[in-house]
Amino acid sequence: MYLIKKAKQFLNEVGGMTILFLQTIYWTIRNIRSGKFDVKGLIDQMAHIGVDSVLMVCITGVSVGAVLVVQIGYQFAQMGAQGYVGGVVALAMAREMAPILTSIVVAGRVGSSIAAELGTMKITEQIDALDTLATNPVDYLVVPRFWACTIMLVMLTVLVNVVGMIGGAVVAVYQIDLTLESFTNSVLEWLRVYDLFGGLFKAMVFGAIIAIIGCFKGFTTSGGAEGVGKSTTDSVVVAIMMILAVNYFLTVFISNLNSIIF
Amino acid sequence: MIIVSNLHKSFGSKAVLKGVNLKIYDGESLVILGPSGCGKSVLLKHIIGLMKPDKGQILIDGEDITKLEQTRMDELRMRMGMLFQSAALFDSLNVEDNIAFGINRHTSLSKRAVHHLVSEKLEMVGLPGTNYLMPSELSGGMRKRVGLARAIAMEPEIILYDEPTTGLDPIMTSAIDELHLSLKEKLGVTSIMVTHDMKSAFRVADRVALHYGGQIVEIGSKEEIMNSQNPLVQQFVRGEAQGPMTQL
Ligand SMILES: Nc1ncnc2c1ncn2[C@@H]1O[C@H](COP(=O)(O)OP(=O)(O)O)[C@@H](O)[C@H]1O
Ligand SMILES: [Mg+2]
Repeated sequence: MYLIKKAKQFLNEVGGMTILFLQTIYWTIRNIRSGKFDVKGLIDQMAHIGVDSVLMVCITGVSVGAVLVVQIGYQFAQMGAQGYVGGVVALAMAREMAPILTSIVVAGRVGSSIAAELGTMKITEQIDALDTLATNPVDYLVVPRFWACTIMLVMLTVLVNVVGMIGGAVVAVYQIDLTLESFTNSVLEWLRVYDLFGGLFKAMVFGAIIAIIGCFKGFTTSGGAEGVGKSTTDSVVVAIMMILAVNYFLTVFISNLNSIIF
Repeated sequence: MIIVSNLHKSFGSKAVLKGVNLKIYDGESLVILGPSGCGKSVLLKHIIGLMKPDKGQILIDGEDITKLEQTRMDELRMRMGMLFQSAALFDSLNVEDNIAFGINRHTSLSKRAVHHLVSEKLEMVGLPGTNYLMPSELSGGMRKRVGLARAIAMEPEIILYDEPTTGLDPIMTSAIDELHLSLKEKLGVTSIMVTHDMKSAFRVADRVALHYGGQIVEIGSKEEIMNSQNPLVQQFVRGEAQGPMTQL
């Protein structure tokens, strides 16, 4: 019974999120058409997200790049496959590690802060106040956050790829005794633009998921300060679960597309 | 004219409005009295379309707002202003941007003109020179007054006041009441005010209504309410602890 109730609740929420997503797209198109798209609001939000997460994202990137090289490097060196280290690490970073880890960090940092901010606005009637001022809350609050999160996740993932490979290169040279040249050659030989873009496409989808879940949890907050706390943690948990689930389907989709194109 | 007819609203199993009927004439000040938690704020939120009733109608100039689509509702809201019980100022914006919110969104006035307008409204609510303070720097009473300045910024024809003077000192309360009256007299504003403050109610009201148990149990002119034989009205107006309202 408990499980059935939970499942129902979950499906309801997914329905609500889907509607919120569609409303966001509707308002985006409507604003672009009428020339009223809030570029300043978008840039503000992007800056906000960037400042909030750039440091953590960089640390994560360097650390993962370095660890991957250590893990893979020794093994491959023993088998005499040094020439593959750079390539394998670059593929792992570009396809999976960078988009997934960046979005988990951003879900914790940014998704939660969106949920807390909008949740507070909800319980203090600020969302109602927007409506009375003839302003649609999805238009005013969700649209800029949605696009900022989507765009910033792509940019942060690029950054993680770069710092991750720098971290990996440093370890490869100083710890595994590869030459910088063999490492970079291997990267350039194996990594294709398709892999990079596949990863960035994932990051874009994850950014959208984080923003929509954060906003949805904020809008559906009730029950005072305690409710805001609950929405905040919920937004992180749900976003990470959703990202991991969606990642599987995106991976299948991207690799199928790969075999169709190439 | 605003006509509320047979309005019902429940939250879960809790029925809050159980058939509210009310008429508000153009240019009139109606005051709604009622004990805390009886659904006065919920009623105001229905009148400005923030909540949808389970049953019943709200006609504003003949249009049923419970069935309006958003664009039309927004057009109507441009003619309305609401002061929330909690003020509901936008935390992330300073006083000036809060008051100018509607103006900035819906008109293309220059920054200077907007600043001028905001300063004028701040003067009206007795808070000159506070343009650049953040809501977190204001006291409860000041927030209320900024909320009022925001509600009147677009010069609405209909203003809904949710406990505008709760938390204000008596001098400020009179000042707000005078502002209320002058908006009515100079601009012909129609208003609905919810309050617990009897003095304030009788200062601004053309008519007074008592909301109790999810319905309007009595409505009439000040004199009619003062002299009402309805024991509920008598208890509330005199503020007695013992009476029919306390027996539930
Ligand atoms: N959004 C809501 N969800 C659930 N219950 C609500 C909501 N808004 C108001 N209520 C309930 O409706 C009742 C009336 O509230 P309200 O209109 O704020 O009272 P008041 O007359 O003091 O303004 C209260 O019991 C409150 O708990
Ligand atoms: Mg109230």
